[in-house]
Amino acid sequence: MEDKLIIAGREFNSRFILGSGKFDLDLINAAVKNAGAEIITLAVRRVNSFTGNILDHIPEGVTLLPNTSGARNAEEAVKIAKLAREAGCGDFIKIEVIHDSKYLLPDNYETAKACEMLAKDGFIPMPYMYPDLYAARDMKNAGAAAVMPLAAPIGSNQGLSTKQFIRILIEEIDLPIIVDAGIGKPSQACEAMEMGASAIMANTAIATAGNIVQMAEAFKNAIIAGRLAYLAGTGRVLDKASASSPLTGFIAD
Amino acid sequence: MEERIDHMKYLPGMEVIESDIQEQVISRMNAYDYSRYTETDVKRALAAEYPSVEDFAALLSPAAEPFLEQMAAKATIETRKHFGSSVYLFTPLYIANYCENYCVYCGFNCHNKIRRAKLDKDGIRREMEAIAKTGMEEILILTGESRKMSDVEYIGEACSIAHEYFKNVGIEVYPMNTDEYKYLHEHGADYVTVFQETYNSDKYETLHLAGHKRIFPYRLNAQERAIRGGMRGVAFAALLGLDDFRKDAFAAGVHAYLIQRKYPHAEISFSCPRLRPIINNDKINPKDVHERQLLQVMTAFRIFMPFAGLTISTRERAGFRDNVVGMCATKISAGVSTGIGSHTEEESLGDNQFEISDDRTLDEVCDAIRARGLQPVMNDYVYVG
Repeated sequence: MEDKLIIAGREFNSRFILGSGKFDLDLINAAVKNAGAEIITLAVRRVNSFTGNILDHIPEGVTLLPNTSGARNAEEAVKIAKLAREAGCGDFIKIEVIHDSKYLLPDNYETAKACEMLAKDGFIPMPYMYPDLYAARDMKNAGAAAVMPLAAPIGSNQGLSTKQFIRILIEEIDLPIIVDAGIGKPSQACEAMEMGASAIMANTAIATAGNIVQMAEAFKNAIIAGRLAYLAGTGRVLDKASASSPLTGFIAD
Repeated sequence: MEERIDHMKYLPGMEVIESDIQEQVISRMNAYDYSRYTETDVKRALAAEYPSVEDFAALLSPAAEPFLEQMAAKATIETRKHFGSSVYLFTPLYIANYCENYCVYCGFNCHNKIRRAKLDKDGIRREMEAIAKTGMEEILILTGESRKMSDVEYIGEACSIAHEYFKNVGIEVYPMNTDEYKYLHEHGADYVTVFQETYNSDKYETLHLAGHKRIFPYRLNAQERAIRGGMRGVAFAALLGLDDFRKDAFAAGVHAYLIQRKYPHAEISFSCPRLRPIINNDKINPKDVHERQLLQVMTAFRIFMPFAGLTISTRERAGFRDNVVGMCATKISAGVSTGIGSHTEEESLGDNQFEISDDRTLDEVCDAIRARGLQPVMNDYVYVG
């Protein structure tokens, strides 16, 4: 059975999206190879640095997902998206609008606005957002190709703190739900995939691992395992164990 | 002796903004009695998930000194969580050293007989071109504090030229009004650094004898005006060793904390300068801010505000600087020369403000960063107007 991640008509075999923000450039290549990632995010503000153009480190065949980090409102996100397009990064754009320097939480209101503006301009917007049902609906209606709810505050490695709310998005929003930010361990990535997330995006957890290449591979395997479990249909996990023979078997007629 | 002007009274032309931040900073600093903190307080602070101002106070206290190793470990974790392996690089460029202030501890002060100079447009361009060629993408433009010799238009021109050669332009110049910050922002600057020197206004008054800088509240409110003028980020510092460094570091931290709460989008960073030898003045000795105390302050800043930038000064020796990047510092200067015109002239046109202790080139500093398993990053910023 073919099981592909489809975003705006584009097919991907891997459900692991690798962030590049906190990477050692020289290790990106190896991590992409070992994680099997086909999408790699890229901060527009990091493109073309003299210390090595980050674009040079992206292996061929990998789809770039530039992000608008640095934007504090919708208008700035649009400006940055246009810079990405000019730099030859394609039409995919991960919208990041952050108006708080302490927690770096996404601003859903401005993000939804940016989504609409960018979709109208021919971009394929993938908003990074706080998992709120109404905001996710707005983003979908505005033309989002996927939504990327956060699992926990960025860089916190706290795992699936927002699990119940992401579950609601998975149920209600007919778009790929890509869990982004906060995933600290492969087990947490697996857990998100098991409940039906479409893909996982991770960066800090891998960037700060003792062995980056090995951790990238661990994530890859965990995501595959979680996806398989989801497709297989996890057995019912009830609050109490159910009896192996029916409790109502004595009924005669 | 000439009569000193009232250091708490604004001069004509200085913008007064409505803000209670100064009052809050000063009252909290005055109430800060670091001798009352105990080992228990320090342990609580080290265990806190979101350290409070009280935790910060404990980490700066003498009771925390025996815990420096634990503070360094905690700081390293926080730095990794928030910045990964990235270490940002920049170079400061002094474009003029004229100064109207009389700060008794400073080599630039108006009574010191040093060679004064100011780069013209071509000179600025030449210097910037030379720096950009080394691969640097972030620049910090500095002047002495003379509104007459380095007016806002002159600084704006420097920002415009810098914007052509660099992706990230910061300024460390005299404090100015909101509309002037706005003007410089429109010319490409997005970060403003103002050192308060000391938050103790009584001490401040005895050190800053003349000039605009003498006006304590105008300086203290500079960051707020800069943010209102549209700047993306502001940096805070006390010159440790001028007065009681624990109180000054505490005040700088609280100042940044309050600004961030009031302006959540503002990017916050710290510097930790301490007194170093200066030209024509060897009478002042740094108080007791040895490397150990300096590191305590730096790690306390990191733990208290783990998301904030922290710049390590070129006044510190290479061995110290290399060890604090990745642990608590996130930004380091390289290829530094504090004279005027010294990036292109054989002999600098104007004297330097202080002696630097790390004269390594950009490449050398980058190599040292890589050798520690960290990643030198030239730029992580985009100017969006």
